[in-house]
Amino acid sequence: MAILVIADHNNETLNDATLKVVGAAQKMGGDIDLLVAGKGASGVAEAASKVAGVRKVLHADDAHYAKRLAEPMAELIIGMAGGYSHIVSSSGTDGKNFMPRVAAKLDVMQVSAITGVESADTFVRPIYAGNAMATVQSADATKVITVQPTAFDAVGTDGSAPVETIGNGAFPGISEFVAEELTKSDRPELAGAKIVVSGGRALGSNEAFEQYIYPLADKLGAAIGASRAAVDAGYMPNDYQVGQTGKVVAPELYIAVGISGAIQHLAGMKDSKIIVAINKDEEAPIFQVADYGLVADLFEVMPKLQEAV
Amino acid sequence: MKVLVPVKRVVDYNVKVRVKSDNTDVDLANVKMSMNPFDEIAVEEAVRLKEAGVAEEVVVVSIGVEKAQDQIRQALAMGADRGLLLTTDQDLESLTVAKLLQKIVEEETPQLVIMGKQAIDDDRNQTGQMLAALLGWPQGTFASEVKKEGDKLHVTREIDGGLQTVSLNLPAVVTSDLRLNEPRYASLPNIMKAKKKPLDKKAAADFGIDLTPRLTKLKVTEPPQRKAGIKVESIEELVSKLKNEAGVL
Repeated sequence: MAILVIADHNNETLNDATLKVVGAAQKMGGDIDLLVAGKGASGVAEAASKVAGVRKVLHADDAHYAKRLAEPMAELIIGMAGGYSHIVSSSGTDGKNFMPRVAAKLDVMQVSAITGVESADTFVRPIYAGNAMATVQSADATKVITVQPTAFDAVGTDGSAPVETIGNGAFPGISEFVAEELTKSDRPELAGAKIVVSGGRALGSNEAFEQYIYPLADKLGAAIGASRAAVDAGYMPNDYQVGQTGKVVAPELYIAVGISGAIQHLAGMKDSKIIVAINKDEEAPIFQVADYGLVADLFEVMPKLQEAV
Repeated sequence: MKVLVPVKRVVDYNVKVRVKSDNTDVDLANVKMSMNPFDEIAVEEAVRLKEAGVAEEVVVVSIGVEKAQDQIRQALAMGADRGLLLTTDQDLESLTVAKLLQKIVEEETPQLVIMGKQAIDDDRNQTGQMLAALLGWPQGTFASEVKKEGDKLHVTREIDGGLQTVSLNLPAVVTSDLRLNEPRYASLPNIMKAKKKPLDKKAAADFGIDLTPRLTKLKVTEPPQRKAGIKVESIEELVSKLKNEAGVL
């Protein structure tokens, strides 16, 4: 048995999520190969070679992989599938995009966003916005799996796997990258941050986020998150959304400010080590999961909190 | 062009589902069912394309129980032209649904399929991508903007870290994310009109596709519960607890 893990990266750095996906793959059992498909991503391939427990790094380099569009990525992975019992990726937006395409072409039912590995063919995953956990067994010859990285421990970076350059897959030529608009930020990435400060609808505006959330986050070196309600209301862009339909985070400290705690939000942050909730409604469901709750008007206490930390 | 919109009947998003005591599944007896919210956004987008003169016809398809007609009628009331229901009492997996939709696409020959990025019951986020793969079509997943540019479709996608725009050859599959649009409420006259719009029914079993699931649900359990902690009285107390008790600051 061998497992192909698809590395998450941006051609420059290997995303830490990959270390956790390899951690999940180790629980499935088998030799682990890491695929780095990109353009000019040899630095990533080198970083990948240091990931502990990896047999070899397979490096595909072509302009078609620069943005990891689903169509060429799926072709590349399908071409390699023969040698593997499991094909595994993180459930980030790249993996979510190309993995089901791989699964369908292999006539496999993908197991999405797993949070547990019971055995080589049995996995645990949340359903109904995290209100229930399903344990499912796959009967497919090849298992195609996306992994919720926050649910697994990262492996070390003391490995020394060889890097092998591989040929390209077919290029379907039916899609093209046009442009991207990435949030420029010196703050840590939301999915991997140690501290997250999140705001909800109670903030009332984007300006309020800037005034009451950003300064605390900057002082703590934290990432910024938002509830779906705040995103829906247009206060923050969607990539800040924490929840079942947004990002799932599990930082050391999660500070929820003016967030009531809808089920779908809780599904995205309830594995955080320490949860702090600040809300003026003492009945808010967020207090049922918070380690420390403060019933207060955020506009009054946030400046004080910023001072005090 | 013709647009096909697959919609799914799911537990209403306001319902907090409970796990059955025998841990075989969640308990869906007598709970409110609705159209999957992401599919509602897909219907809205298709109707807007029609209103903008980009699409000529919007066909809605659902696969599920007889009662899934309600969700098709809702889509018709929002402005879709006609509906198709593939009936089955089985709980179908994404791959099977994609294969059935492939058959419908071959019959209907739409230029565009728009559907929700994920259903809020099984949260799998894969049917649209699978359909695109089976058809050999490009895909614009997690869309926040869809624009026709000449003979291409430009789709802006919500990705980790921001937005990405791709240009797709048509025909294509698009899956909707939250911010693509805000779905309209159907007006009463439109609800009445929708009752007269055509809605065909076929049996899902008649398409020659094996409906047997590949995944066996061994058990369904409650998620691990977190215990509520304590209430603090002031910012000073909070910061002191975080520093001294939790050790996270």
